Formats: sequence, C-alpha cells, structure tokens
Amino acid sequence: MQHVSPVREPLVTGGKTYHDITNDVSRQVEAKPNIRWAIALAVALFFLGIFIYSVYRTLWFGIGEWGLNKTVNWAWDITNFVWWVGIGHAGTLISAILLLFRQKWRSSINRAAEAMTIFAVICAAMFPVLHMGRPWLAYWVLPLPNTFGSLWVNFNSPLLWDVFAISTYFSVSLVFWYLGLIPDFATIRDRATGPIARRAYALLSFGWTGSAKHWSRYETVSLILAGVSTPLVLSVHTIVSMDFATSVIPGWHTTIFPPYFVAGAIFSGFAMVLTLMLITRDVFYLKDYITLEHIESMNKVIILTGSIVGVAYITEFFIAWYSGVEYEQYAFINRATGPYWWAYWSMMTCNVITPQLFWFRKIRRSVVATFIISIFVNIGMWFERFVIIVTSLHRDFLPSSWAMFTPSIIDVGIYVGTLGLFFTLFLLFAKYFPVINMFEVKTILKSSSGVQHSHAPETMHAHSPNNQAHHDK
Amino acid sequence: MRQKQCTHIHQTIKRTMTNKKYILGVYEDEDVLLHAIENIRAAGTKIYTVFSPYPVHGIDDALGIERSRLPIAAFLYGLTGLAFALWMQIYMLGFDWPMIIGGKPHIALPAFIPVSFELTVLFTAHGMVITFLIISGLYPKLKVPVMDVRSTDDKFIMAIEVKEGVTDVNQLNTLLRNNGAIEVNEKEVTK
Repeated sequence: MQHVSPVREPLVTGGKTYHDITNDVSRQVEAKPNIRWAIALAVALFFLGIFIYSVYRTLWFGIGEWGLNKTVNWAWDITNFVWWVGIGHAGTLISAILLLFRQKWRSSINRAAEAMTIFAVICAAMFPVLHMGRPWLAYWVLPLPNTFGSLWVNFNSPLLWDVFAISTYFSVSLVFWYLGLIPDFATIRDRATGPIARRAYALLSFGWTGSAKHWSRYETVSLILAGVSTPLVLSVHTIVSMDFATSVIPGWHTTIFPPYFVAGAIFSGFAMVLTLMLITRDVFYLKDYITLEHIESMNKVIILTGSIVGVAYITEFFIAWYSGVEYEQYAFINRATGPYWWAYWSMMTCNVITPQLFWFRKIRRSVVATFIISIFVNIGMWFERFVIIVTSLHRDFLPSSWAMFTPSIIDVGIYVGTLGLFFTLFLLFAKYFPVINMFEVKTILKSSSGVQHSHAPETMHAHSPNNQAHHDK
Repeated sequence: MRQKQCTHIHQTIKRTMTNKKYILGVYEDEDVLLHAIENIRAAGTKIYTVFSPYPVHGIDDALGIERSRLPIAAFLYGLTGLAFALWMQIYMLGFDWPMIIGGKPHIALPAFIPVSFELTVLFTAHGMVITFLIISGLYPKLKVPVMDVRSTDDKFIMAIEVKEGVTDVNQLNTLLRNNGAIEVNEKEVTK
C-alpha cells in the first residue's frame, strides 16, 4: 500500500520504522549528556557570562557605556535587534507557511526551527529593552491608564506597533511550538524509566494520550494557528521595517522596505536554520531525517530570497537616482563609497554574490559548502542592518552634526553575549526536548521513506506480554 | 495461545464499582486499522476510541467523529480581539485624551491597522488553544491514564468498552483478530 515516487527523493532514509524514529529522536533525550554537548554548553555559558556582565555595566552606568552618540543614536543595538528578529522568521515560515503549502520536507526541521524562532526573539527583545535606559520602566510601552501623569501611548507610532507585533509574535510562536511538543513529550513520558523523567515529561505532556478525537481537534488547531501565523510573520518584519520607512531620513524613507525586510528576514533565518541543523544532525546522528534533500530544499529558499534581497538593493539604488532627490542620492553614493564602504561591500558580497553559488547542484548538496555559505549569509545580513541604520544616520542634515559610530567593548559584549544566550537555550532544548518532530515524521513515513515496509512475522508482537502495567491508574 | 492470553487477562481483573473495562485491539498499520474500524463498526460494535502515535488521515470519517467547531470559536475570538483593539485605540486617542499627532485626525484609522491586526491574531491564537486544552481535558498532570504505552510509539490501539453482561469478550476477540489486530488485550481503568 506504500507509494514510492520515481521522481522525488525520500525524506527519511535508512529504512526506518515508526519505532526507529522514536528511538533515534528520544536517544539523546534519555542518554547522559555527551562530551561534545557539554563542551559546547560550557562555551555558550562563557558567552552568557559576557552578556550578563555587559548588561550589568549598561544598567549600572547607563547607555553612556555604549558607542552611540547624538547623531548615530540608533546603532549597534537596533542592528542586533533587527538581525535577531529576522533570524526568527524562518522558524515560523517553516512551521506555518510550508504547512499551508503542504511541504512534507518541513516535518523533520520544523521543531528546531521554531525553537530557534523563540530563542532569537528572546535575544532580539533584549536590545530595545536595554536601549530604554531604564528597563524597569519597560511596562510604560503598554497602554496603561494615565495615572502616571502622562498621556496614553501613541498608536500612530511604528515603535508602538512593534511592541504589539513582537509580543504577539513571541507568544503565538511559543504556543505553536509547545502544542507541537505535547504529543512528543507523551512519547518520551511513555518510554521513561526514571521516576523524575516520567513525572517531568508527564507534566510537560499535559496528559496527552493520542485519542482520535484529540488528534482531530489538534489538527484543526494546528491548521488555524498556521493560518494566523502566516500573515503574522509577514506583519512582524513589515512593522519592523516601518520603524525606518515612516521616518523622514534619506536611505530609510522608502516604500520598498516591508517586502525587502521580509525577504531578508527569511533569507537570514534559513541561513541560521542551516547552520544549526548541520551541526545538530551530525552531533545527534540524525542524518537519516535531515537528509541532503532537506539541505538542498533550504538552499533553494536561500537562492530565492537572496536574489529578492539583491534585486531590492539594486532597486533602492536605482530609485535614489531616479527620484532626483539629492539627499537620497547622496545617502546611497555615501553608502557605497563613503567611510562605511567596507560594510556596504561586505553586505553586497555576502548577500548577493555568495548565495548565487547555490545555482550549482554540487554546492547545493555539499554539507561543507552549505555550512560556510550559511555563515556568510548570517554575516552579510548583520551588515545589511548595520549599513541601513548607521550609514543613513551618520551624515545628518547639518554637516556640523556629522559623526562616526564606533562600537564600545560593551556593545560588542552584549552582541556576542546574546549569541551565548541563544546557544545556551538551544543546547538545553536540543538535549532535553525532542529535536525532531517525531509524530509528524511518522505521518510522512509511509509515503516518503522510499522503503517498502514488509510486515515480517518477527515484527509482529503476537506473543508479547502486556507491557502497560506500570502506567495503570 | 489465545486461550493462554485470555486466562492471563481474567486473572488480572479486579471488580470495583468505579472500574471500566476495555478490550484493546493492537494494530500495526494505519490502512489495516482503517479497514478494521469500518468492518467493526459495520458489525454493530461501538468503538470507544482509537489511540494513535500520529494523526491518521480518514480516521475521523471512519470513526464518525464530527468536525470540530473550534474554527467558529477561533473566528469569534478574532472578532473579539479586533473589536477590543479598535475600541481601545479610538477611545484612548479619539475621546479620552485627543491629540493631534503628525497632523492626522484624532481617529486615524489607517494608523490603527497594525495594532488591530496583531490583537486579532493574539486573541484568535490564544483563545483557540486555551479552548482546545480545556475541552480536551489537557493540563499538566502527574499520572496519565494511558491504555497502552505503545500507542505513543508505533502501535494503533483500538479501545472498545466492555459492558457487563452485554459484550461477548470472546466474540470481540475473534472480530478484532479477523480484522488484522496483532494482539488483543484487556484493560481496566479506574475512574
């Protein structure tokens, strides 16, 4: 009854059975932490320490610890904020948009990608909150009654839209991710041998039993969540881009920003997914689930979104010339040839040229090349945000206000510190949570494993004893 | 072999007032399971439920599970979110403390679109998920009444409630096995 496609490559290799999937994914959850994981966690914790120290300096001594100035008043922090939010977008794209498009290859990468989304948004949120200077008053961004003696919040401001967009995005992504984890926690609970593990995963699994009625509702809920998350993810980076586009700054005030930011977000997000998944599949022996076919599919998304980003860069330049506005023209010439020329050309090289290498099938299917290019894209997308923010601001309307931005050591510390925070969270996730969505991979196994599952007599458990005893009551 | 298993089962039965007894048919393949559901229901046996490691396509129709009304609930939650967002923005900026911002009217509806959209999504998503958890009885609990632990791994478990004096257990056993069950067990659940 199994269908083997002559055209499509299998999405699960190695002739796996349902039980093999459970075993392969639960293995690292149940095993003692391995040494490679422990070393990685130690490194991540070291960087988390740098983060905590830098945040302490920022809170104790104030924003003066940072390198920004009155001209370049958004700099390193907002660059990092936009970069992290953008990275998060790939997770939602994979879990929501590819679900609506019925792309089966999403099944084995969606869990880790969604986790990445959540951790990336946590890192992103650090920057605007710290930039407030007095983060303990962060709740002032909420529409609270004006008993503080102030006005209501300004609903005409994109910065306030951002508050609503990011918090909705974070909480909905978290719920979507957790809902997906519930059946897999139930699997781990039912295999658990230790009393602590069984109780912990019982609590986490919300008492899931997998009855047909629950599954029926579950699928309805997933589909609707995917349906609302799709416009949500597009709205988030649209609103982030409006932080810039609605202000009258040459280089920012353009209508191309929303689609250009969304494409860039997906571009950088897929690069980060690849960086993480290439390591995960190797460390946790998951090469039968995250196959070259998956890597190739993701690389194709990178060519598409990378090309959109490239076209957007060129369009911006063309429109600056075509508009006839000398300030706009100066802003763009200054980006490419001014004091920050190196940032501009790093961005162009990493984002426009390197992903074009994926037109070659050999490179698209090479793990090493993909890993290197994914790092290049991550760097390139960071420079994109830096170029947009810093080069547009550093030449103010009055030449007497012109300034340069140099990051302070604390700026750098907070940035590499958020990388530490991100990897600490991701490593803990990868160890204690099922890193691949087991039940979704089981759903596609019959149609996409490329192997005929024969029902050999020895796999039938006709003589197996009742093994449900320890879960009674 | 069948007799041996049955005697084993009968030994484990303890009768109390609150116990419910189920016959569990264990299946290995979703297509075999779907045919079995159809045949068993056609034979006039009521299936309590089926536990599966993943959502099986077509099982809703086979079991006669009605389509969930959660989409309607989701729509209503979304509508609530939208209404709340519009009320909040129009009241705060239009009536409670009107101010001219950027030369725009007090009630600048185009500028209210983003927040209205975000709150619509927020209410839809959380309202629907919370409703789903409540109606399905899902919340963090220490002891989970699992009928057969393999149902979250690789087996499909069909549960049929045994009614004292009505259900013929041996006949049910034969029916399940003839329809591809690899194993038939009995299970008591204390309510």
